[in-house]
Amino acid sequence: MSDLPDTNVLEVDNLSVSYSTEGGELKALRDVSLDVPRGDIVGIVGESGCGKSTLISAIIGLLAPNARPASGAIRFRGEDLLGVNDDKMRALRGDEIAMVFQDPMTSLNPVLTIGRQMRDIQYRLPDSKAEKNARSIRMLQRVGIPDPESRLHDHPHQLSGGMKQRVAIAMALMMKPALLIADEPTTALDATLEVQIIHQLKRLQEDIGCSILFISHHLGVIAELCDRVAVMYAGEVVESGTVREIFHAPEHPYTRMLLACDPGAISERTRVLPIIRGFLPDLVDLPRGCVFRDRCDSAIEACSDKPPLQVRGADRLVACHRAGETP
Amino acid sequence: MTRFGILEALLRPDGLVVTTWRKLRRDPLGLLGLAIVLGIGFVTVFAPWLTSYDPNEVDVYARLLPPSADHLLGTDQLGRDTYTRLLYGGRVAMKVSIVAISIAMAIGIALGMLAGYGPRWLDRLLITGFDTIRSFPTIMFAMAIVALVGPSLNTVIGIIIIASIPVYARVVRTQTMALRERDFIVAERAMGASTRRILFRHVMPNIAAPLFILASMDVPVVVGMEAGLSFLGLGVSPPTASWGSILNDGYSYIRNSPWPIIAGGIPLILVTLGFTFFGESLRDILDPKLRREG
Amino acid sequence: MLRFITRRGALSVLIVVLAVSLLFGMIHMLPGDPASVILGPRATPALRAELNERMGLDRPFIVQLGRFLGNVATGDLGEDPFSRRKVADIVLEQLPFTLTLVFAAIAGATLLGVPLGCYSAIRRGSWLDRLAALLSVAFIAVPSFVVALYALMFFSVQLRWFPAIGAGDSGDLADQARHLVLPAIALGLGWIGYIARLVRASMLEVLEENHVRTARAFGLPERVIIGRYALRIAILPTVTILGLGIGTMLSGALFAEIVFSRPGIGKLLYESVMTRNYPVVMGSVLVTTVFFVACTLASDIVNALLDPRLRESEGR
Repeated sequence: MSDLPDTNVLEVDNLSVSYSTEGGELKALRDVSLDVPRGDIVGIVGESGCGKSTLISAIIGLLAPNARPASGAIRFRGEDLLGVNDDKMRALRGDEIAMVFQDPMTSLNPVLTIGRQMRDIQYRLPDSKAEKNARSIRMLQRVGIPDPESRLHDHPHQLSGGMKQRVAIAMALMMKPALLIADEPTTALDATLEVQIIHQLKRLQEDIGCSILFISHHLGVIAELCDRVAVMYAGEVVESGTVREIFHAPEHPYTRMLLACDPGAISERTRVLPIIRGFLPDLVDLPRGCVFRDRCDSAIEACSDKPPLQVRGADRLVACHRAGETP
Repeated sequence: MTRFGILEALLRPDGLVVTTWRKLRRDPLGLLGLAIVLGIGFVTVFAPWLTSYDPNEVDVYARLLPPSADHLLGTDQLGRDTYTRLLYGGRVAMKVSIVAISIAMAIGIALGMLAGYGPRWLDRLLITGFDTIRSFPTIMFAMAIVALVGPSLNTVIGIIIIASIPVYARVVRTQTMALRERDFIVAERAMGASTRRILFRHVMPNIAAPLFILASMDVPVVVGMEAGLSFLGLGVSPPTASWGSILNDGYSYIRNSPWPIIAGGIPLILVTLGFTFFGESLRDILDPKLRREG
Repeated sequence: MLRFITRRGALSVLIVVLAVSLLFGMIHMLPGDPASVILGPRATPALRAELNERMGLDRPFIVQLGRFLGNVATGDLGEDPFSRRKVADIVLEQLPFTLTLVFAAIAGATLLGVPLGCYSAIRRGSWLDRLAALLSVAFIAVPSFVVALYALMFFSVQLRWFPAIGAGDSGDLADQARHLVLPAIALGLGWIGYIARLVRASMLEVLEENHVRTARAFGLPERVIIGRYALRIAILPTVTILGLGIGTMLSGALFAEIVFSRPGIGKLLYESVMTRNYPVVMGSVLVTTVFFVACTLASDIVNALLDPRLRESEGR
């Protein structure tokens, strides 16, 4: 792979995933396409329910049991993950593709020590227990945990939330994966910790040379950390591009609204907090046309037909009939 | 509401009995349980018409026979027909369970309401009392008492009542406590309804279903306790047939014939299966909250 | 935490004292004179008076009760009027047999029930899962003496695979083990399915927890996830229930001991009830009650010890 520096580590191509529910078929993801170039950090933004978690689960091959077989392709280093068997997928998880989850309070096992859990992740290596522990200690040091040696004997509940998330990051990066998927890793932490951890993550990413798929609804964090960003709404990617393009010249009305609603962007003089009116559409019984039409201020007649993804610049995609009009 | 109002309400097409039956009909294990329960009820009521023998009729020429057309389940060491003795033993078991469970339930309801609705100190006192009773291993407690007052069926019933009261009282107490904080009860109280009215008009209907389920699940326990004590010779006095005493006779002659023991265990297993399946099914239907995922 | 243990402990002591007083009171109210029961109808008044005095039966009830409780507190359970041996010695001599039986039954039920529960949780709806569910409902309520009788009849009397009587030669461990098999099965059979169901239910809950998803995301083998990551947590409620179960099993042990003519507290109680040997009846009931209450207390404490950490880890 190293001889092809500009290839994508991950290419999600027209991915559709649906779940069988009592109410009918819930179409959680529809024709989602997304690239994660080697060494880049790609952000995904969207409200809860936009399909972020389904996307992650599909990539790591851990969809819920009621999920129908996915269509499309998820290519990791050129190989379609939808086609590989469970054992192959398990071999990739934790080794080539690693995860950091949202809630550090619950994502570590409460009854096993940190050392035990970090050793278990290295189960593929032939090393001795001492060597594995030494690697764990080095990794804990790199994520900025003081006195890492004695932390190995601790149980998760003996650590603070920030420490636990650092441990989780150390665990995820220990096997030097090619792709790290971070699912809102800082949402549960307070703001100062969040900044620290984001910077740490960026440094580690540069050291290890991995790519990161970073899911967040915190636009400030995305702007700080990511190179590229995709905006998801109701199971579709509505706009994607570089962070600069999306944040400075959003073209999809949903992206504009997200930016307007971001607490960091709201000026103190605003009397009325901006909100996006309406609700997410029912994913079992989808409306015809644009998924955002019901909540859109600038909807027109044409919006009753589904807008195609328009190419608007080098890597810029927007799914809106009115893209390009001056707002 | 007229006197038959409640009954009418229960039997209406959308009433509790009908809706429960509709759901029960789709649960094969529950149906099997109900069939066994009804079968046992039928057999105990009509015991004298279902056999041509007398349960205590001794026949020295027909001792310890294996099953045959004459003696469906064989005979015991005195030549008595085991099938007939089992039928009559069922009467003892049913009498004990009906009497013991209804009395224990009545006292349990009263004490449970008292604990749940009354002052705190009384609640604490009653709970300590229940814990004391529960902290005796029941059968040892029973043996100690029988040792004191001598074996008799009434003693057995008394012991079972004392041992079962906490079971019912605890459930009633919990339900009463939960209900007394509910808005509609608070509103009734604010409007001046008497405690008696609240307990009987509102609390009783709400605890009826859980109590019915509990009683159904309690039958095998009670029957097992009676059989156990009779097996130890601490229950019915000879020659009265009880499932326990039949097993005791079989135990004494276990090396001569296996049939009394094989036959004597069957009704106990059937009662257990029947009432447990029926009770579990009812619980799933009437009280989905109690059901852990299935 | 310490306060909780002290409070529960004090309550347990109170319960034991209440229970013993109750039994003592009932023996006291008994119609008929213990002395004539013990000595027989032809005893001379002098002999009776002597016995009454020796057993303290001529004092007022409250004094007798007080003295009895005081003696119990110092470990003195009185004297067997027949053999004149100390009741405490007699009971303690029998206790190991009962404990061996109860722990063998629990160990067997756990060794079979836990893997069965794990399997049922992973292969939900498989035929083995359904069978386990059915059997657990059926067996937990079938009286253990019926199981004991059937086991005795099939495996000892008919098939002659196992001995029928006693606990085996002292000193011969293999013989003792052979004598233990059937009573332990009779006692533990119902618990296999019960434990399996408990483990299954809590395993299904644990498998939904986030840390299991983490373990899966790290590609750990399913065997490790179930056996190490999930079972350690899923087993906790079962441990609590087992604490209560040991107490309940004492009742079952009584029947197993009688059916298999095995020495133990249950058989001792049964025999002393039959001979109206009240001091031994009191002693064995007392010891079992203390044991029962101690098991309940222990499982309460274990529960409380485990609870805060679990709460914390759930982040609530």
